Amino acid sequence: MNHNVTRRSFLSFAAAGAAVVSLAACGGNSAAGGSAAKAAYAAPAKDLSAELSYAIWDAAQKPAMQKIVTEFNKQYPNILVTIDVTPSKGSAYWTKIQTQASSNTLPDVFWMNGPHIKLYAQNNQLMPLDGLVSGKAVDTAHYPKALVDLYTVNGAFYGVPKDFDTSALFYNKALFKEAGVSEPTSSWTWDDVKSAGAKLSKFYQGKGVYGYAGDLTGGQTSYYNTMIEAGGTIISADGKKSGYDTAGSIAGLQFWRDLIESGVSPSMQQLTDTSSSDMFTSRKLAMTMDGSWTVGPAQKALGDDLGIVSLPKGPKSNQSVIHGLANVIPANAKNPAAAQAFVAFLGTQDAAKIQAETGTVIPAFNGTQDAWVKAVPSVDLTVFLDLAKDASPYPASANTAAWNELENTLLPQAFAGTKPVADVAKDLASQMNAALAKES
Amino acid sequence: MKAQILTPASKSVRAAQAAGDRRNGKSKSDGWWPWLFVVPTVAGIGVFYLWPIVQTFYYSFTKWGVFGGTKFIGLDNYVRLFADSTIPQSILNTLIYTVVVLLGIPIAVILASLIERPGLRFAALYRTLYFIPYITMPAAVGIVWRLIYNGDFGPINWFLGLFGIQGPYWTSTPGFALLAVATVGLWMSLGFNLIIISAGLREIPRELFEAAEMDGASRVRQFFSITVPLLTPSIFFVTIVTVISGFQLFDLLYVMMGKANLAMPQTQSLVYIFYNQAFLQNDKGYAAAIGILILVIIALLTAFQFRIQKRWVNYV
Repeated sequence: MNHNVTRRSFLSFAAAGAAVVSLAACGGNSAAGGSAAKAAYAAPAKDLSAELSYAIWDAAQKPAMQKIVTEFNKQYPNILVTIDVTPSKGSAYWTKIQTQASSNTLPDVFWMNGPHIKLYAQNNQLMPLDGLVSGKAVDTAHYPKALVDLYTVNGAFYGVPKDFDTSALFYNKALFKEAGVSEPTSSWTWDDVKSAGAKLSKFYQGKGVYGYAGDLTGGQTSYYNTMIEAGGTIISADGKKSGYDTAGSIAGLQFWRDLIESGVSPSMQQLTDTSSSDMFTSRKLAMTMDGSWTVGPAQKALGDDLGIVSLPKGPKSNQSVIHGLANVIPANAKNPAAAQAFVAFLGTQDAAKIQAETGTVIPAFNGTQDAWVKAVPSVDLTVFLDLAKDASPYPASANTAAWNELENTLLPQAFAGTKPVADVAKDLASQMNAALAKES
Repeated sequence: MKAQILTPASKSVRAAQAAGDRRNGKSKSDGWWPWLFVVPTVAGIGVFYLWPIVQTFYYSFTKWGVFGGTKFIGLDNYVRLFADSTIPQSILNTLIYTVVVLLGIPIAVILASLIERPGLRFAALYRTLYFIPYITMPAAVGIVWRLIYNGDFGPINWFLGLFGIQGPYWTSTPGFALLAVATVGLWMSLGFNLIIISAGLREIPRELFEAAEMDGASRVRQFFSITVPLLTPSIFFVTIVTVISGFQLFDLLYVMMGKANLAMPQTQSLVYIFYNQAFLQNDKGYAAAIGILILVIIALLTAFQFRIQKRWVNYV
């Protein structure tokens, strides 16, 4: 090697080193939008010709979406809808959507969720759909109120609810029978579930089977519910203040710490290595708190051994957080008439029924959920619908992802017992408040 | 982002050039037209590497709105960077990771000299086997290793259990998690290092070994007195590449650790914090400042290595 080569190599090293930096440079400027579509919507002519892209993240739901498109084409044969699936695992979907938003290339219609709606709506990325409501193409009374509220930002309606999910108590009948413990009922309390869990963990000690656990790598199917059941809140109704430092919230977090400390639940590290859902479907967990979307896989794995009852009652209530997706249109839609026609159709009873029959998700359209309930006859799935009635809205603010990350960083220490729950909760509250202050 | 742009065979290329020059009997300027051939590369580097660096440098002085729209805020991001307590820890984590992966170089030297022994059967097969991890997607490797490391059901702890040892939760215990990720990084880097060092080995003139043999030098003596010194240019090259890729640790860590991992503060790398700020916290201006910090650290480490190479690298 002479000096020449050395220098040439060095330049290419520098280039390689720069690759990571250039990651930061994707994106650009976005145009502000959002003023259109206040006027009442009128259905476009049936021969309207257009091409729409429809972005979703769940490959399992693609067949149902395709079927809905086929039905839609019976009304509008000349609107070609292309479904584009980006798996959301690892948040790839949102990274992509955000990049598309920054470069003004958003899909014509796409799935929206609770953590992101305010971010997109407040930054004028979405088209308000009030026109669909005043044009009588969509009737918000058909959907659970908590969902309509979730997708209403600053008085404007942005997303037509597609489906919803709530959490309940799943249990394994065979494990209860073998241990001689009586099965849970919908009137159980936290104490009932703790004492039954302790008996089960003791009975199966050394066999790697545990009594009760939830997915602590996110709040929706675990601590969000218990925090609310203990009278706490995750975030204030106006989305400006953290609720983590309230006594109820701390009690709701302490519930999971107690389960781990007493050996009823696997440790935080075990739950990181193997998710509670996986432990439950592989018969290593007698009870778990889980979301309605896991009914299908759980039933497949456990068959008739699967039992589901309502959530155990906490100090204040038994309540679940409700979350659901919605279909949205970007603010600067290339073909607003066609996109609105499609979103309106996605919000109809017919579209909801197609979703219900495939059994993957609970459709948001009231009255169409029966087909979903009947899809798994061996369990009484109406508990999820009952829980939806007085469910608590999914906690969100303009930049939900920022404090979700704080939850994921700080709470494991509380659950693992390396720091007292109350200290972690207060630390989380102050850091979350700082993140919320940056939003405005 | 690895080292695909580098040309490890530069030595033999130059040998060929030298031969060409000898044939022509002269070395003259070729005019402007050779530049045409490098335009695609130069344009690519300019558009995809150099311009983004310039932009990133600019954005590191701005507050970047979630959907674009920037505001110049001077040094605020850098003030925050130096006050951020997670940064020193993550630099340390990244250094530990890099040092562990560097241990793969002596291993690769030993493996390469075993594989390159004259007359070894299936040498190409062994090289291929070692190279496969390098060309496999880190995400896929990470998912498989996550299962291998599983505290309750993974094969490692099952094996330890045969000897009555209760293995730790490898990827979720602070301390162990970083070593677990680094070990996989080392394993993945072996293939690349092996290929480079094998190529270096083949350039060592056989006569040197024959002469040593006549002088009665043992195999071990030959290895340390001939093989290692003459391999130092290749070793230097893989060291540079390893340090650079070590400081870019992200995908393995991201896939193997999962979210809400107790061990994350003691494991997260600089690029992980960059990702977190850019795409989770939506703070791309601050992320750009972290990106510049990474660039500066890599540039300094690489410059330092070039400085000290005179002391230990032997060119024939």
